[in-house]
Amino acid sequence: MEKIIAGKIINMTEDGYLIKSSEWTIDVARELAHEEGLLLLPEHFRVIEFLRHLHASNQNITLRQISKSNVADIKTLYELFPGAPLKKAARIAGIPKPTSCV
Amino acid sequence: MENEPSPLKKVCIVCSKGSLEDVYAALVLTNGAVMEGMEAYLFFTFFGLDAITKKQMNHLRTATLGNPSLRMPGGVAFPSLLGFLPGVESGVSFMMKKRMDELDIPPVDEFLEMITAGGGKIYACKLALDMFKLQKKDLWEGISGVLTVGEFYEKSGGSSTQIIFV
Repeated sequence: MEKIIAGKIINMTEDGYLIKSSEWTIDVARELAHEEGLLLLPEHFRVIEFLRHLHASNQNITLRQISKSNVADIKTLYELFPGAPLKKAARIAGIPKPTSCV
Repeated sequence: MENEPSPLKKVCIVCSKGSLEDVYAALVLTNGAVMEGMEAYLFFTFFGLDAITKKQMNHLRTATLGNPSLRMPGGVAFPSLLGFLPGVESGVSFMMKKRMDELDIPPVDEFLEMITAGGGKIYACKLALDMFKLQKKDLWEGISGVLTVGEFYEKSGGSSTQIIFV
């Protein structure tokens, strides 16, 4: 489905993930974060950029990858993206819904 | 009549076995619940206590005897007699851990830390501790307590809660 986010028409899945990660911009991220009740800080952007990097290089998208890379430890990830950190961060980062079980 | 959607809010998982695959099933279920924003409790009892016993937790094994689903690489059934040989069980368990590491599944202690960092709680069963003559000091430091069965049920209350037994 198409949705207007930050003044742009964006293709999204039913559960709110971007279909083309190339349509992502920082403003899109801010608006998606706003929907989740989050105001993005530089710490959020470090995680988002790292997730986009993992996605672009076709690597596993897991919380452990993020913590192993020293971008943010697990506890911080739960604080930055409360509730469901991996799903929320992936949605805001404009990458597909994570399919990993860890 | 269609049911109203009522998402799961809380899971209480009991792990009574100490083999690598059973402990990991319980850990993945618990961590998965935490990652979905649910309340999650993991209660270890009987042989499951190995998963939170400092000496054993990172040396769990998969049984090579009496395990009909075990196969050699390539899918050929694992000959039961091989399972008797010294070192075979360690080797098989090493292979399992290596495969899991490739999938980004952490060692037991790190997995427990991931669960508690997200707000999940780990408990030990009092009766099983007494039975195996273990003390709290023998256990991993991150557990939230030692519970009786009654206390476990107290924690398991509320609607949209499920108890899962591994």
